[in-house]
Amino acid sequence: MAGPDIQIPDITWRDNWREFPFWLVAIFAFLIVMAILVFTNPDIKEAFLFIIPGIQITLYITLAGFAIALVLGLLAGLGRISSNAVIRNIAITYVEFIRGVPTLVLILTLAFVLVPAVSNSFGVDNRNVSIELRAILSLSIIYGAFLAEIFRAGIESISKGQMEAARSLGMNYRQSMQFIILPQAVRNISPALGNDFIAMLKDSSLASVLAVRELTQRARLYAGSTFRFPESYLVLTFCYLTMTIALSLLLRWYEQRLGKDSR
Amino acid sequence: MSDNIIVVDQLHKYFGHVQAVKGVDLSLRRGEVVLIVGPSGSGKSTVLRCINHLETPTKGGIYIDGVHLEDKKTNINEVRAEVGMVFQQFNLFPHLTVLQNVTIAQEKVRKRSKAEAEKIAMEQLQRVGIPEKAGAYPRQLSGGQQQRVAIARSLAMQPKIMLFDEPTSALDPEMIKEVLDVMLDLAKAGMTMVVVTHEMGFAKAAADRVVFMDDGQIVEVGPPDQIFGTPTHERTQLFLSKILAH
Ligand SMILES: Nc1ncnc2c1ncn2[C@@H]1O[C@H](COP(=O)(O)OP(=O)(O)OP(=O)(O)O)[C@@H](O)[C@H]1O
Ligand SMILES: [Mg+2]
Repeated sequence: MAGPDIQIPDITWRDNWREFPFWLVAIFAFLIVMAILVFTNPDIKEAFLFIIPGIQITLYITLAGFAIALVLGLLAGLGRISSNAVIRNIAITYVEFIRGVPTLVLILTLAFVLVPAVSNSFGVDNRNVSIELRAILSLSIIYGAFLAEIFRAGIESISKGQMEAARSLGMNYRQSMQFIILPQAVRNISPALGNDFIAMLKDSSLASVLAVRELTQRARLYAGSTFRFPESYLVLTFCYLTMTIALSLLLRWYEQRLGKDSR
Repeated sequence: MSDNIIVVDQLHKYFGHVQAVKGVDLSLRRGEVVLIVGPSGSGKSTVLRCINHLETPTKGGIYIDGVHLEDKKTNINEVRAEVGMVFQQFNLFPHLTVLQNVTIAQEKVRKRSKAEAEKIAMEQLQRVGIPEKAGAYPRQLSGGQQQRVAIARSLAMQPKIMLFDEPTSALDPEMIKEVLDVMLDLAKAGMTMVVVTHEMGFAKAAADRVVFMDDGQIVEVGPPDQIFGTPTHERTQLFLSKILAH
């Protein structure tokens, strides 16, 4: 039975102890051990040196794909809340269709069915459409549907009075959206957009099924030719985790700053 | 009809099965100040919001300066630029500074240069008494200050008409006067105004006519002294006895 004057500091100490980010220490420990191994273990070093050039393509398809996804997501999100029933239904069809099919299946379908169909109808030989471009288009169409829901929720979170005030000053719908609603909405949804960027970075690994030579594909090639499976996939995990942890820490920091600003 | 700047002609408005407005007729001459009073849910806001087409009438017509709003050829944005609206909840744009709040529509709608818009904005902020807050964000202002910025934002468009929907209802008592004073100056300067408010003092000082609405209809119209002093209808008497009791 501890007295009250012992209990109080005990609780504070325990609270601090509970808030300490042990998870981050564990992940950093893994990353540091891996980094050391990359320098010290020749097999892992060799695997790393083979795989790491793929980061360029991984980042390229992620950035390009996300940029297009932002445009598609904004358009589809605006379409979802349009008063025009035709536009609204087109947008809902797009979003629900994508959300109902696994990402891997979508990548295959989009890259081998939709892209050839579209390129043929434009009179372009689909063999001229590079696999990188197919991967970018597939990922952006998939993430456009996810982002559409984020944009829609973001726009709907802005009070109706904002649109009414803008319209009553004579601004048209587009101006009101562009200058009044969207700047506020985008600020509110920026953490969610950041999360989806990280998710897309991870899903870019699925582009390996199209034989795009990004990180995952290079790891598979290396593993297949050397039979050093543990080294290949540990290095691959290390590469992704470094990027996603760095990004999510950046995002946390940004969110905290956002929270402080709005006070 | 041409000397009437606002004409509300047999206005009906349904929200689903709810009939919010049941045949309202109202005309304002240029420079006239009309007050609308009435119990909650009587359709005051709906009438006001139909005047700048934030709500579309189910039946009947609105004419602003002779322009028929329900006509498909009417550019509603052009009309709205001439009709300022002040809301109970201020509705300032929180991501913009006070100055930007007052310049944005000038630049985007009136196509004024930034410099010109800022000059006019500062004049209007001067007029409502808070030029020193130009660089602040709305959340840094008191309610009364926010509402005065909202008035300046509308005035910077140099509108012909100003609509006010319970502009002081969301304010702490000590801030009501600063907003009413601005509105009173505006009335004296000859602005055409339609004001939904229960502020008797403002009514007596500024209103040419008071409209009493109940259940979607205009029950009684008259000068403020008559409506508040010797109302003829029983419903008006009942309503006034309730608000005066407070
Ligand atoms: N957007 C809407 N959807 C459905 N019903 C509505 C809507 N706006 C108003 N109403 C209904 O229309 C009627 C009139 O509403 P209105 O807001 O015009 O009244 P009011 O006189 O302004 O009341 P208050 O003094 O409470 O502001 C009410 O019954 C209200 O519930
Ligand atoms: Mg109202």
